[in-house]
Amino acid sequence: MQNNPLLSIKGLSVSFEENGKRVQALNTVSFDIPEGKTVCLVGESGCGKSVTARSILRILDSNADIDAGSMVFRSSGGTDVDLAAFKATAPELRRVRGNEITMVFQEPMTALSSFHTIGNQIIEAVRQHSTMSEAEARARTLDVLNAVGMPDAEARLDAYSFELSGGQRQRAMIAMALATNPRLLVADEPTTALDVTTQAVTLELMRDLQARFGMSILFITHDLGVVAEMADEVVVMYLGEVVERGPAERIFKAPKHPYTRALLEAAPHYDRRREGRLPVIPGTVPPLAQRPKGCVFVTRCAYAIAGRCDEARPPLLPGDTQSQCFFTAAELDARAKTAPAAPVLDRAPEPRAAPKGAVLKVEGVSKHFVKKAGWFGRASRAVRAVSDVSFELREGETLGLVGESGCGKSTLGYTLAGLHETTGGRIRLRRDGRLDDITHLTEDERRKVWQDMRMVFQDPFASLNPRMSVFDIVAEPLRVGPRRISDSARLTARVHDVLDKVGLDPVLADRYPHAFSGGQRQRIGIARALAPNPKIIVADEPVSALDVSVQAQILNLFRDLQREFSLTYLFVSHDLNVVSNIAGRVAVMYAGRIVEIADTAQIYYAPRHPYSAALLSAVLTPEYQPGRPPRQRLRGQPPNPANLPPGCAFAPRCPFATDLCRTTVPPLEADGEGRLTACHRKAEIELSGLRETAEVGDAPRRALPVRDREAAHDPVS
Amino acid sequence: MTADIQNAALPPLTAPIGPRPVVERTSYGMLIWRRFLRHRLGVLGGIITVAIYVVALFCEILAPTDPEAISPRALYTPPQMLRLVSTAEDGSIRVHPHVLGYTSSVDYNSGQRSYEPDPDKVIELGFFVEGTPYKLWGLIPWDRHFIGTVDPREQVFFFGTDRLGRDVFSRTIYASRVSMTIGLIGVTLSLVLGIIIGGASGYFGGWVDVAIQRVIEFLQSLPSIPLWIGLAAAIPASMSPIHTYFLITVILSILGWTGLARIVRGKFMALKNEEYVIAARLDGCRPPRIILRHMVPNFLSHIIAVVTLAIPGMIIAETSLSFLGIGLRQPVVSWGVLLQEAQNLRSIAAAPWLFAPGGAVVIAVLALNFFGDGLRDAGDPYAK
Repeated sequence: MQNNPLLSIKGLSVSFEENGKRVQALNTVSFDIPEGKTVCLVGESGCGKSVTARSILRILDSNADIDAGSMVFRSSGGTDVDLAAFKATAPELRRVRGNEITMVFQEPMTALSSFHTIGNQIIEAVRQHSTMSEAEARARTLDVLNAVGMPDAEARLDAYSFELSGGQRQRAMIAMALATNPRLLVADEPTTALDVTTQAVTLELMRDLQARFGMSILFITHDLGVVAEMADEVVVMYLGEVVERGPAERIFKAPKHPYTRALLEAAPHYDRRREGRLPVIPGTVPPLAQRPKGCVFVTRCAYAIAGRCDEARPPLLPGDTQSQCFFTAAELDARAKTAPAAPVLDRAPEPRAAPKGAVLKVEGVSKHFVKKAGWFGRASRAVRAVSDVSFELREGETLGLVGESGCGKSTLGYTLAGLHETTGGRIRLRRDGRLDDITHLTEDERRKVWQDMRMVFQDPFASLNPRMSVFDIVAEPLRVGPRRISDSARLTARVHDVLDKVGLDPVLADRYPHAFSGGQRQRIGIARALAPNPKIIVADEPVSALDVSVQAQILNLFRDLQREFSLTYLFVSHDLNVVSNIAGRVAVMYAGRIVEIADTAQIYYAPRHPYSAALLSAVLTPEYQPGRPPRQRLRGQPPNPANLPPGCAFAPRCPFATDLCRTTVPPLEADGEGRLTACHRKAEIELSGLRETAEVGDAPRRALPVRDREAAHDPVS
Repeated sequence: MTADIQNAALPPLTAPIGPRPVVERTSYGMLIWRRFLRHRLGVLGGIITVAIYVVALFCEILAPTDPEAISPRALYTPPQMLRLVSTAEDGSIRVHPHVLGYTSSVDYNSGQRSYEPDPDKVIELGFFVEGTPYKLWGLIPWDRHFIGTVDPREQVFFFGTDRLGRDVFSRTIYASRVSMTIGLIGVTLSLVLGIIIGGASGYFGGWVDVAIQRVIEFLQSLPSIPLWIGLAAAIPASMSPIHTYFLITVILSILGWTGLARIVRGKFMALKNEEYVIAARLDGCRPPRIILRHMVPNFLSHIIAVVTLAIPGMIIAETSLSFLGIGLRQPVVSWGVLLQEAQNLRSIAAAPWLFAPGGAVVIAVLALNFFGDGLRDAGDPYAK
């Protein structure tokens, strides 16, 4: 720890009142933020990272209280201010808040006012803390907007937040936070709501600004890839306590606390070694009201010893990193070595099975939403959400569908599931040995299809009816429809069986969804999908809303169920790490079209479409790589599906675009080895994906800059 | 506790220790009820509302006397205050419920009769005393009154008397039955109409929705009071009071359903896009089952709150109509009918206690509003 840190938090304890009871949100949290460095606060839901951020700025809810501790901030006048000592509305704090310590929030849409222009909001922040006139403040705002790389900043001054894209809104928020030249920027999950490519650009921007303005950043995130990208120091939190803290390199290379180790092991990673089952942390984060006695991690720790770890709070062990555990790293390693060998479950990658028949054939499917405009609805614009998509889903495989937000992957999933009527094309499903056309069916006929093709939704909180018990939710497909079970004893038996298979105790079947955690609710959703014994499951971002350790559990569950019930998955996701773990083949979507389909390894290590290469280049993995080569920057935004450019939709952003690309849409064609690629220049350009490592270690694994073979004179790339 | 999924690389060296996470048992309905109980004004409103309905239910027992009984010698007498303690001449203190009788005197110059409470005239009161016989709910004959004079030949007027010497307190209590239930019946009719029409509008959308919304907008743009007056005037005066009563409720519901229909439509449209409703469709449910089993339970609490807030509107509407003389009429008593007595300034100046039914309206409306607010806040997931 630096000798004179910018912000020194010692023993901070915060509690709040819930349902008449006092709940401890933070328990003696201590860490320092050095000057000019980035400290990443990592943890899963309920760990208290947002509470910590809000405590620093003293913007906690009214039912929260700071029970103890100090937060000494070295303010610009040279004086030290203890942020915890004052009332939240005290003038000493108001001088610091928004001025020397500023905050960037997760959701820029809700954090920016829709009623004021961007310029007005930033000008207000500037004038609040200085004596500038309106004109001077406006000039300063323009400077800051240019500094954050806002395109056409002069025009954006008078734009409203809903007129900007997600990335631009986040830049506006960052500009507002920087306008007063703060010494500490608190960023609460600022890139979680952004696309992968936008996230890469935003993080690079923040690092750049940090160097230029010399400020410290407290970066709060749950994404270990982002931590690896941004952090100089890392603070790992669990259930309101700091369990480990130290320099980023040490945390990633030699984590000491069992939770940190388990978290790094459980994070899905595109590395081929991880194609097997993910090592998971058993159980779930206990709710704050049920904080365990002793060490907070005792209920899930592989090294916990009864009588020691559940009695007293462990001390903070000194060292490279400081870990709050009874055991040193050496002791943990020794115990792990002497442990009985773990049951090795399918460690080797699954042998490529003989290609089975197609169970679902998608031929030229399009879905356009026609918006009627004008007096009698004559003039109309089409939102081309999905255009001319063709692929085959083979029996027993998992096809990953990746793309960024707005590319149409969810619409495609819904259309294939039969919730939307197609605008064009054909969908055929294998039933009783025949391929039946299921494109245009009556609702009754669709109900039969829906017994075979089920869906798992993204949001575990919104996809379960809050008024129905778990039993009723899972039993519903068995109570209606062609496969209904009329005998109530058999129905109960089937429901309990399915619940057991997804890892839920059938005893809990009479409870209601609100009593369960996110991961458990997703299991209920999977049970509901499984109940009528389907053949295909369309999973629409099923793990995106879950914590990292829970993601690993659910991904393992998907694998186990696939093996046990011979299921076929269409797995839609924006997270390339997750998809690499579970999918055998991957289809990449952009602006409503599939641009590439290939085996997972082929796409990740040797992509053939420039967009795939750009996506891979932006992926963040939880590995510490300080000396990586610079990332390829993808300029611009995805096109508006209501206003697609003629020709290839990626042409405006593609470094290899030619006139042909701009006029003609490239067809999805066979490209050897069973791959399909939609690019006019696929034979000419050479792209690099992620580099394979020969051995376990810390060799950098970054996408190399793309190279145009025709233009390359230098053989070394 | 979730069954532990095999941990492939980090086997548990020890069995999991520490408390297992508890999965609570309560249903969603119980959650809403608990949230409601924390809203103190709502609970108070609820208690008072229930109390008023109990009064309306048992009004024959609770009223001290017959509301139509005329006392020619006690016209416009002021209210008599309930006293509990009296001091006898020898200084002893007795605790007994009683009121003081009046001595009246006439001022021959102005012709005004004035009443003074007379400490010598002690009218004993008792609970469950014998009094004027009645038929509870028109069926059960009885003669016990919750509170009344011990001596059946005497009278007690807690709210004073009106121009015919009738007990305003008893009349107010009897009137609560009509005023509170006309609200209920009117709202039920509006609710049924609103759910069916608004539900169809919201679930089916398209031209059905467009057509229904235009009808609603047309109805809402009609000026309500002249419309009510016109419709009420169309009721022949020769109709029996009960028939008039029902026709008034129908009239009130004709315009009242539009607001509820809009709310139901909004809720349907919002719920249609919820993922669990889509999941229900994928499960194979048909629209009736989707609506009744999956959607209705989710907006029922909101509808209950809206209905609870609509009842006061009905009460005030009926009170206004009857006050203007075009709603209910004698011999049916409602608070509005009673307030007709307070229509001219002279009677107000002489007998301000004739406003007591107005006070009852205010209390009932406030209580229902607080109750409805509490219910709505409890059912609304976004309220803090």
